[in-house]
Amino acid sequence: MAQPVLEWQAGTVTAIRPETRQTKSFTLALPKWMAHRAGMHYDVRLTAPDGYQTERSYSIASAPERVGLIELTVERIADGEVSPYLHDVVVTGDQIEVRGPIGGYFVWEVRLGGPLLLIGGGSGVVPLMAMLRHRAAEHATIPARLLYSSRTQDDVIYRDELDAMAAGDKGFEALFTFTRQAPPGWTGYQRRIDGEMLHEVIKPFGEQARVYVCGPTLLVESVANALAQMGLPIERIRTERFGPTGV
Amino acid sequence: MAGLISRGFLGRRRPAEVENRLPPGQYLVTDWPVLSAGPTPHTPLDKWSFTMDGLVGKPVTWSWDQFQKLPTQTYTVDISCVTKWTKLDMKWLGVTVDTLLEAVEVDPAGKYVTAYSDGGYTTNVPLDEMTKGQAFVAYQFGDKPLEPVHGGPARLVVPHLYFWKSAKWIRGLRFMEENEPGFWEQLGYNIHGDPWKEERYSGD
Repeated sequence: MAQPVLEWQAGTVTAIRPETRQTKSFTLALPKWMAHRAGMHYDVRLTAPDGYQTERSYSIASAPERVGLIELTVERIADGEVSPYLHDVVVTGDQIEVRGPIGGYFVWEVRLGGPLLLIGGGSGVVPLMAMLRHRAAEHATIPARLLYSSRTQDDVIYRDELDAMAAGDKGFEALFTFTRQAPPGWTGYQRRIDGEMLHEVIKPFGEQARVYVCGPTLLVESVANALAQMGLPIERIRTERFGPTGV
Repeated sequence: MAGLISRGFLGRRRPAEVENRLPPGQYLVTDWPVLSAGPTPHTPLDKWSFTMDGLVGKPVTWSWDQFQKLPTQTYTVDISCVTKWTKLDMKWLGVTVDTLLEAVEVDPAGKYVTAYSDGGYTTNVPLDEMTKGQAFVAYQFGDKPLEPVHGGPARLVVPHLYFWKSAKWIRGLRFMEENEPGFWEQLGYNIHGDPWKEERYSGD
Protein backbone atom coordinates (compact mmCIF):
# COMPACT_ATOMS: atom_id res chain seq x y z
CA MET A 1 0.00 0.00 0.00
CA ALA A 2 1.52 3.34 -1.04
CA GLN A 3 1.80 5.75 1.85
CA PRO A 4 1.47 9.50 1.35
CA VAL A 5 4.32 11.62 2.67
CA LEU A 6 3.16 13.31 5.84
CA GLU A 7 4.01 16.99 5.80
CA TRP A 8 3.94 19.47 8.64
CA GLN A 9 1.06 21.91 8.39
CA ALA A 10 -0.09 24.85 10.48
CA GLY A 11 -3.44 24.09 12.07
CA THR A 12 -5.52 26.98 13.41
CA VAL A 13 -7.09 26.55 16.82
CA THR A 14 -10.79 27.22 16.32
CA ALA A 15 -12.08 26.06 19.70
CA ILE A 16 -10.78 25.03 23.12
CA ARG A 17 -13.10 23.13 25.42
CA PRO A 18 -12.22 22.17 28.99
CA GLU A 19 -13.25 18.55 29.56
CA THR A 20 -12.08 17.92 33.13
CA ARG A 21 -9.69 19.69 35.50
CA GLN A 22 -6.78 18.07 33.71
CA THR A 23 -7.95 17.75 30.12
CA LYS A 24 -8.90 20.11 27.33
CA SER A 25 -9.98 19.48 23.78
CA PHE A 26 -8.46 21.58 21.02
CA THR A 27 -10.18 21.84 17.66
CA LEU A 28 -7.78 22.56 14.80
CA ALA A 29 -8.73 23.56 11.28
CA LEU A 30 -6.23 21.98 8.90
CA PRO A 31 -5.43 23.41 5.45
CA LYS A 32 -4.39 19.96 4.23
CA TRP A 33 -6.88 17.85 6.14
CA MET A 34 -6.92 14.17 5.31
CA ALA A 35 -9.53 11.67 6.52
CA HIS A 36 -8.13 9.61 9.38
CA ARG A 37 -9.21 6.25 10.71
CA ALA A 38 -10.59 6.38 14.24
CA GLY A 39 -7.80 5.55 16.69
CA MET A 40 -5.01 7.34 14.82
CA HIS A 41 -2.95 10.23 16.17
CA TYR A 42 -1.24 13.42 15.08
CA ASP A 43 2.22 14.67 15.92
CA VAL A 44 2.43 18.17 17.35
CA ARG A 45 5.61 20.21 16.95
CA LEU A 46 6.48 23.32 18.94
CA THR A 47 9.27 25.69 17.91
CA ALA A 48 10.92 28.30 20.16
CA PRO A 49 12.22 31.61 18.76
CA ASP A 50 15.80 30.28 18.68
CA GLY A 51 14.79 27.21 16.66
CA TYR A 52 14.55 24.71 19.52
CA GLN A 53 11.87 22.15 18.71
CA THR A 54 10.09 19.35 20.45
CA GLU A 55 7.32 16.99 19.38
CA ARG A 56 4.60 14.91 20.99
CA SER A 57 1.86 12.61 19.74
CA TYR A 58 -1.81 13.09 20.61
CA SER A 59 -4.74 10.86 19.76
CA ILE A 60 -7.47 12.25 17.57
CA ALA A 61 -10.74 12.49 19.48
CA SER A 62 -12.94 13.50 16.57
CA ALA A 63 -14.55 11.33 13.94
CA PRO A 64 -13.25 11.35 10.37
CA GLU A 65 -16.71 12.55 9.34
CA ARG A 66 -15.79 16.01 10.68
CA VAL A 67 -14.21 17.16 7.46
CA GLY A 68 -11.45 19.77 7.63
CA LEU A 69 -11.09 19.62 11.40
CA ILE A 70 -9.42 17.49 13.99
CA GLU A 71 -9.96 17.56 17.71
CA LEU A 72 -7.15 16.58 20.06
CA THR A 73 -7.91 15.96 23.74
CA VAL A 74 -4.81 16.62 25.81
CA GLU A 75 -4.17 15.79 29.44
CA ARG A 76 -2.11 18.38 31.29
CA ILE A 77 0.99 16.74 32.76
CA ALA A 78 2.22 18.96 35.60
CA ASP A 79 5.92 18.59 34.84
CA GLY A 80 5.45 18.30 31.10
CA GLU A 81 6.83 20.49 28.36
CA VAL A 82 4.13 20.49 25.69
CA SER A 83 0.83 19.82 27.49
CA PRO A 84 1.22 22.79 29.93
CA TYR A 85 1.96 25.02 26.94
CA LEU A 86 -1.18 23.81 25.15
CA HIS A 87 -3.29 24.21 28.31
CA ASP A 88 -1.91 27.46 29.68
CA VAL A 89 -0.71 29.46 26.68
CA VAL A 90 -2.63 28.48 23.56
CA VAL A 91 -5.78 30.47 22.77
CA THR A 92 -8.28 30.36 19.95
CA GLY A 93 -6.75 31.70 16.75
CA ASP A 94 -3.24 30.43 17.51
CA GLN A 95 -1.49 28.24 14.99
CA ILE A 96 -0.01 24.88 15.89
CA GLU A 97 2.13 22.72 13.63
CA VAL A 98 0.92 19.18 13.21
CA ARG A 99 1.41 16.24 10.92
CA GLY A 100 -0.64 13.12 10.51
CA PRO A 101 -2.77 11.12 10.64
CA ILE A 102 -0.45 8.41 11.94
CA GLY A 103 -0.91 4.78 12.99
CA GLY A 104 -2.70 1.96 11.25
CA TYR A 105 -3.17 -0.84 13.78
CA PHE A 106 -5.05 0.66 16.70
CA VAL A 107 -7.87 1.71 14.39
CA TRP A 108 -11.48 0.79 14.00
CA GLU A 109 -13.96 1.66 11.35
CA VAL A 110 -17.48 0.52 10.67
CA ARG A 111 -16.45 -1.78 7.85
CA LEU A 112 -14.34 -3.84 10.31
CA GLY A 113 -17.55 -4.75 12.11
CA GLY A 114 -17.97 -5.82 15.70
CA PRO A 115 -19.16 -6.39 18.27
CA LEU A 116 -16.93 -3.66 19.58
CA LEU A 117 -15.58 -3.65 23.12
CA LEU A 118 -13.63 -0.56 24.10
CA ILE A 119 -11.72 -0.49 27.35
CA GLY A 120 -10.12 2.74 28.48
CA GLY A 121 -8.35 4.16 31.49
CA GLY A 122 -8.00 7.90 32.11
CA SER A 123 -7.13 9.84 28.98
CA GLY A 124 -6.79 6.49 27.19
CA VAL A 125 -10.45 6.99 26.36
CA VAL A 126 -9.56 9.58 23.68
CA PRO A 127 -8.93 7.30 20.67
CA LEU A 128 -11.86 5.12 21.80
CA MET A 129 -14.08 8.21 21.69
CA ALA A 130 -13.04 8.76 18.07
CA MET A 131 -14.26 5.22 17.34
CA LEU A 132 -17.58 5.83 19.09
CA ARG A 133 -18.07 9.18 17.37
CA HIS A 134 -17.31 7.53 14.04
CA ARG A 135 -19.79 4.75 14.79
CA ALA A 136 -22.45 7.32 15.73
CA ALA A 137 -21.74 9.52 12.71
CA GLU A 138 -22.24 6.53 10.45
CA HIS A 139 -25.45 5.55 12.31
CA ALA A 140 -23.94 2.09 12.64
CA THR A 141 -25.90 -0.50 14.59
CA ILE A 142 -22.85 -2.61 15.40
CA PRO A 143 -23.14 -3.47 19.11
CA ALA A 144 -20.60 -1.52 21.17
CA ARG A 145 -19.66 -1.30 24.83
CA LEU A 146 -17.26 1.03 26.56
CA LEU A 147 -15.71 0.12 29.90
CA TYR A 148 -14.08 3.25 31.22
CA SER A 149 -11.95 3.41 34.36
CA SER A 150 -11.44 6.75 36.10
CA ARG A 151 -10.21 7.79 39.51
CA THR A 152 -13.30 9.85 40.33
CA GLN A 153 -16.41 11.13 38.62
CA ASP A 154 -14.68 14.47 38.00
CA ASP A 155 -11.99 12.73 35.96
CA VAL A 156 -14.43 11.28 33.42
CA ILE A 157 -13.86 12.85 30.01
CA TYR A 158 -16.85 13.18 27.62
CA ARG A 159 -19.31 12.12 30.34
CA ASP A 160 -22.31 14.04 29.02
CA GLU A 161 -21.70 13.03 25.44
CA LEU A 162 -21.29 9.38 26.40
CA ASP A 163 -24.50 9.42 28.42
CA ALA A 164 -26.36 11.09 25.57
CA MET A 165 -24.92 8.64 23.09
CA ALA A 166 -26.01 5.67 25.21
CA ALA A 167 -29.47 7.13 25.82
CA GLY A 168 -30.21 7.45 22.13
CA ASP A 169 -28.67 4.21 20.92
CA LYS A 170 -29.82 0.74 21.95
CA GLY A 171 -26.67 -0.77 20.51
CA PHE A 172 -24.29 1.16 22.75
CA GLU A 173 -23.66 0.99 26.46
CA ALA A 174 -21.14 2.93 28.55
CA LEU A 175 -19.98 1.28 31.77
CA PHE A 176 -17.90 3.20 34.28
CA THR A 177 -15.67 2.11 37.11
CA PHE A 178 -14.14 4.39 39.73
CA THR A 179 -10.85 3.45 41.31
CA ARG A 180 -10.48 6.15 43.95
CA GLN A 181 -13.90 7.50 44.80
CA ALA A 182 -17.29 6.68 43.35
CA PRO A 183 -19.99 9.34 43.26
CA PRO A 184 -22.62 9.24 46.06
CA GLY A 185 -25.20 6.52 45.51
CA TRP A 186 -23.13 4.81 42.82
CA THR A 187 -24.14 1.18 42.34
CA GLY A 188 -21.79 0.34 39.49
CA TYR A 189 -18.19 -0.83 39.54
CA GLN A 190 -15.78 0.79 41.96
CA ARG A 191 -12.47 -0.98 41.59
CA ARG A 192 -9.70 -1.47 39.10
CA ILE A 193 -10.68 -3.46 36.03
CA ASP A 194 -10.21 -7.16 36.80
CA GLY A 195 -10.97 -10.52 35.25
CA GLU A 196 -14.42 -10.78 36.80
CA MET A 197 -15.41 -7.36 35.50
CA LEU A 198 -14.12 -8.24 32.04
CA HIS A 199 -16.10 -11.49 32.06
CA GLU A 200 -19.27 -9.56 32.82
CA VAL A 201 -18.63 -6.84 30.28
CA ILE A 202 -17.65 -9.14 27.42
CA LYS A 203 -20.40 -11.67 28.13
CA PRO A 204 -22.99 -10.38 25.62
CA PHE A 205 -20.31 -10.39 22.89
CA GLY A 206 -18.38 -13.55 23.65
CA GLU A 207 -15.31 -14.47 21.68
CA GLN A 208 -16.51 -12.56 18.64
CA ALA A 209 -15.64 -9.25 20.27
CA ARG A 210 -13.13 -6.89 18.73
CA VAL A 211 -11.36 -5.31 21.65
CA TYR A 212 -9.42 -2.06 21.84
CA VAL A 213 -7.64 -1.25 25.08
CA CYS A 214 -6.00 2.09 25.79
CA GLY A 215 -4.70 3.55 29.01
CA PRO A 216 -1.79 3.43 31.43
CA THR A 217 0.59 0.52 30.92
CA LEU A 218 -0.52 -1.41 34.02
CA LEU A 219 -4.17 -1.28 33.03
CA VAL A 220 -3.50 -2.26 29.44
CA GLU A 221 -1.14 -5.03 30.46
CA SER A 222 -3.54 -6.62 32.95
CA VAL A 223 -6.60 -6.26 30.70
CA ALA A 224 -4.87 -7.62 27.60
CA ASN A 225 -3.43 -10.57 29.52
CA ALA A 226 -6.78 -11.38 31.11
CA LEU A 227 -8.53 -11.27 27.72
CA ALA A 228 -5.88 -13.49 26.14
CA GLN A 229 -6.31 -15.97 29.00
CA MET A 230 -10.06 -15.96 28.41
CA GLY A 231 -9.27 -17.36 24.98
CA LEU A 232 -9.83 -14.29 22.87
CA PRO A 233 -7.68 -14.48 19.70
CA ILE A 234 -4.75 -12.11 20.18
CA GLU A 235 -5.26 -10.46 16.79
CA ARG A 236 -8.59 -9.23 18.10
CA ILE A 237 -7.02 -7.54 21.14
CA ARG A 238 -5.47 -4.28 20.06
CA THR A 239 -3.68 -2.12 22.55
CA GLU A 240 -2.31 1.37 22.86
CA ARG A 241 -0.42 2.32 25.98
CA PHE A 242 -0.02 5.69 27.58
CA GLY A 243 3.09 5.27 29.66
CA PRO A 244 3.55 7.10 32.95
CA THR A 245 5.77 9.55 31.07
CA GLY A 246 3.53 11.36 28.58
CA VAL A 247 5.34 14.64 29.17
CA MET B 1 14.29 21.93 10.45
CA ALA B 2 12.56 25.27 10.18
CA GLY B 3 9.15 25.51 11.74
CA LEU B 4 6.43 27.92 12.62
CA ILE B 5 7.43 29.77 15.81
CA SER B 6 5.00 28.73 18.54
CA ARG B 7 3.81 31.94 20.22
CA GLY B 8 5.04 32.07 23.79
CA PHE B 9 6.88 28.74 23.66
CA LEU B 10 10.37 28.69 25.12
CA GLY B 11 10.86 24.98 25.67
CA ARG B 12 12.55 23.03 28.34
CA ARG B 13 16.28 23.13 27.78
CA ARG B 14 18.65 20.49 28.95
CA PRO B 15 22.36 20.88 29.50
CA ALA B 16 24.14 20.85 26.12
CA GLU B 17 25.75 17.46 26.81
CA VAL B 18 22.26 15.96 27.14
CA GLU B 19 20.62 18.04 24.41
CA ASN B 20 23.28 16.93 21.93
CA ARG B 21 22.34 13.32 22.51
CA LEU B 22 18.65 13.85 21.72
CA PRO B 23 17.74 13.28 18.05
CA PRO B 24 15.45 15.87 16.42
CA GLY B 25 12.00 16.18 17.99
CA GLN B 26 12.82 13.79 20.85
CA TYR B 27 12.50 14.43 24.58
CA LEU B 28 14.36 12.89 27.49
CA VAL B 29 12.74 10.32 29.78
CA THR B 30 14.11 8.66 32.86
CA ASP B 31 11.43 5.99 33.13
CA TRP B 32 10.88 3.38 30.44
CA PRO B 33 7.58 3.74 28.60
CA VAL B 34 5.95 0.61 27.21
CA LEU B 35 4.34 0.49 23.78
CA SER B 36 2.92 -2.64 22.20
CA ALA B 37 0.22 -3.37 19.68
CA GLY B 38 -1.28 -6.34 21.54
CA PRO B 39 -1.04 -8.58 24.59
CA THR B 40 2.39 -9.43 26.00
CA PRO B 41 3.39 -13.00 25.10
CA HIS B 42 4.66 -15.16 27.96
CA THR B 43 6.70 -17.96 26.45
CA PRO B 44 8.15 -20.36 29.06
CA LEU B 45 11.94 -20.64 28.76
CA ASP B 46 11.76 -24.40 28.10
CA LYS B 47 9.59 -23.64 25.04
CA TRP B 48 11.75 -20.74 23.87
CA SER B 49 14.19 -21.08 21.00
CA PHE B 50 16.09 -18.79 18.68
CA THR B 51 16.42 -19.58 14.97
CA MET B 52 18.41 -18.20 12.07
CA ASP B 53 16.80 -19.21 8.78
CA GLY B 54 15.90 -18.00 5.31
CA LEU B 55 18.82 -17.58 2.89
CA VAL B 56 21.32 -19.56 4.94
CA GLY B 57 23.23 -22.75 4.14
CA LYS B 58 21.62 -24.60 7.03
CA PRO B 59 19.23 -23.06 9.54
CA VAL B 60 20.35 -23.13 13.16
CA THR B 61 18.25 -23.16 16.33
CA TRP B 62 19.35 -22.61 19.91
CA SER B 63 17.35 -23.60 22.97
CA TRP B 64 17.29 -21.13 25.87
CA ASP B 65 20.04 -23.06 27.66
CA GLN B 66 22.18 -23.21 24.54
CA PHE B 67 21.66 -19.51 23.92
CA GLN B 68 22.78 -18.74 27.49
CA LYS B 69 26.12 -20.41 26.75
CA LEU B 70 26.90 -18.05 23.88
CA PRO B 71 29.46 -15.35 24.69
CA THR B 72 27.83 -12.12 25.87
CA GLN B 73 28.73 -8.47 25.96
CA THR B 74 27.45 -5.56 27.99
CA TYR B 75 26.16 -2.56 26.10
CA THR B 76 25.39 0.95 27.30
CA VAL B 77 23.38 2.69 24.62
CA ASP B 78 20.94 5.56 24.06
CA ILE B 79 17.54 4.47 22.78
CA SER B 80 15.04 6.58 20.84
CA CYS B 81 11.43 5.55 20.31
CA VAL B 82 9.44 6.91 17.37
CA THR B 83 6.81 8.01 19.92
CA LYS B 84 9.33 10.75 20.82
CA TRP B 85 11.05 9.56 23.98
CA THR B 86 14.78 9.03 24.29
CA LYS B 87 16.39 7.25 27.20
CA LEU B 88 20.12 7.58 27.75
CA ASP B 89 22.66 5.02 28.91
CA MET B 90 20.48 1.91 28.89
CA LYS B 91 22.57 -1.02 30.12
CA TRP B 92 22.00 -4.38 28.49
CA LEU B 93 23.58 -7.80 28.43
CA GLY B 94 23.25 -9.74 25.23
CA VAL B 95 24.72 -11.70 22.37
CA THR B 96 26.00 -9.67 19.46
CA VAL B 97 24.55 -10.57 16.07
CA ASP B 98 28.14 -11.10 14.85
CA THR B 99 28.41 -14.05 17.23
CA LEU B 100 25.12 -15.51 15.98
CA LEU B 101 26.27 -15.11 12.38
CA GLU B 102 29.29 -17.33 13.06
CA ALA B 103 26.87 -20.27 13.31
CA VAL B 104 25.38 -19.92 9.81
CA GLU B 105 26.51 -19.37 6.29
CA VAL B 106 24.44 -16.53 4.85
CA ASP B 107 23.82 -16.60 1.11
CA PRO B 108 25.37 -13.46 -0.47
CA ALA B 109 21.87 -12.61 -1.74
CA GLY B 110 20.59 -12.43 1.85
CA LYS B 111 21.16 -8.72 2.31
CA TYR B 112 18.14 -8.04 4.49
CA VAL B 113 16.94 -9.43 7.77
CA THR B 114 13.42 -9.91 9.07
CA ALA B 115 13.39 -10.24 12.83
CA TYR B 116 10.36 -12.23 13.98
CA SER B 117 8.77 -12.56 17.37
CA ASP B 118 6.21 -14.34 19.50
CA GLY B 119 2.83 -12.83 18.77
CA GLY B 120 3.59 -12.46 15.05
CA TYR B 121 5.53 -9.19 15.17
CA THR B 122 8.13 -8.61 12.46
CA THR B 123 10.56 -5.84 11.55
CA ASN B 124 13.13 -5.43 8.78
CA VAL B 125 16.74 -4.26 9.02
CA PRO B 126 19.50 -4.34 6.36
CA LEU B 127 22.07 -7.00 7.31
CA ASP B 128 24.96 -4.54 7.04
CA GLU B 129 23.30 -2.49 9.79
CA MET B 130 23.26 -5.45 12.16
CA THR B 131 26.91 -6.51 11.95
CA LYS B 132 30.07 -5.06 13.48
CA GLY B 133 28.51 -4.67 16.89
CA GLN B 134 25.53 -2.66 15.67
CA ALA B 135 22.88 -5.08 16.97
CA PHE B 136 22.50 -7.67 19.70
CA VAL B 137 19.95 -10.00 21.25
CA ALA B 138 19.53 -8.89 24.86
CA TYR B 139 18.19 -10.96 27.72
CA GLN B 140 19.25 -8.85 30.67
CA PHE B 141 18.59 -5.22 31.42
CA GLY B 142 20.31 -3.49 34.32
CA ASP B 143 21.68 -6.82 35.63
CA LYS B 144 18.20 -8.39 35.80
CA PRO B 145 16.38 -10.73 33.41
CA LEU B 146 14.57 -8.65 30.80
CA GLU B 147 10.92 -8.31 31.86
CA PRO B 148 8.22 -9.62 29.51
CA VAL B 149 6.62 -6.20 29.26
CA HIS B 150 9.91 -4.86 27.88
CA GLY B 151 10.37 -7.76 25.47
CA GLY B 152 11.72 -10.56 27.66
CA PRO B 153 12.85 -13.22 27.70
CA ALA B 154 14.91 -11.78 24.83
CA ARG B 155 14.65 -8.85 22.45
CA LEU B 156 16.65 -7.58 19.54
CA VAL B 157 18.36 -4.25 20.18
CA VAL B 158 19.45 -2.06 17.26
CA PRO B 159 20.33 1.14 19.11
CA HIS B 160 21.00 3.34 16.08
CA LEU B 161 17.45 2.88 14.74
CA TYR B 162 14.08 3.79 16.27
CA PHE B 163 13.14 1.31 18.94
CA TRP B 164 10.39 -0.47 16.96
CA LYS B 165 13.28 -2.09 15.05
CA SER B 166 14.41 -3.63 18.35
CA ALA B 167 11.87 -6.46 18.18
CA LYS B 168 10.53 -7.57 21.56
CA TRP B 169 10.00 -11.29 22.30
CA ILE B 170 12.33 -12.18 19.45
CA ARG B 171 12.47 -15.76 18.24
CA GLY B 172 14.62 -15.51 15.17
CA LEU B 173 16.26 -13.75 12.27
CA ARG B 174 15.30 -14.58 8.69
CA PHE B 175 17.73 -13.68 5.92
CA MET B 176 16.00 -12.26 2.88
CA GLU B 177 16.77 -11.06 -0.61
CA GLU B 178 14.29 -8.18 -0.39
CA ASN B 179 13.85 -5.50 2.23
CA GLU B 180 10.43 -6.83 3.21
CA PRO B 181 8.44 -4.27 5.26
CA GLY B 182 7.61 -5.56 8.75
CA PHE B 183 4.62 -4.94 10.99
CA TRP B 184 4.93 -1.18 11.54
CA GLU B 185 6.69 -0.62 8.22
CA GLN B 186 3.50 -1.83 6.48
CA LEU B 187 1.42 0.57 8.59
CA GLY B 188 3.03 3.83 7.52
CA TYR B 189 6.27 3.78 9.50
CA ASN B 190 9.61 4.32 7.80
CA ILE B 191 11.32 1.42 6.08
CA HIS B 192 14.68 2.41 7.67
CA GLY B 193 14.04 4.43 10.86
CA ASP B 194 17.15 6.51 11.62
CA PRO B 195 16.30 8.87 14.51
CA TRP B 196 19.04 11.35 13.57
CA LYS B 197 17.47 11.75 10.12
CA GLU B 198 14.01 11.74 11.72
CA GLU B 199 12.90 8.84 9.51
CA ARG B 200 9.68 8.29 11.43
CA TYR B 201 7.09 7.71 8.76
CA SER B 202 6.93 6.43 5.23
CA GLY B 203 8.47 8.99 2.87
CA ASP B 204 10.42 10.89 5.58
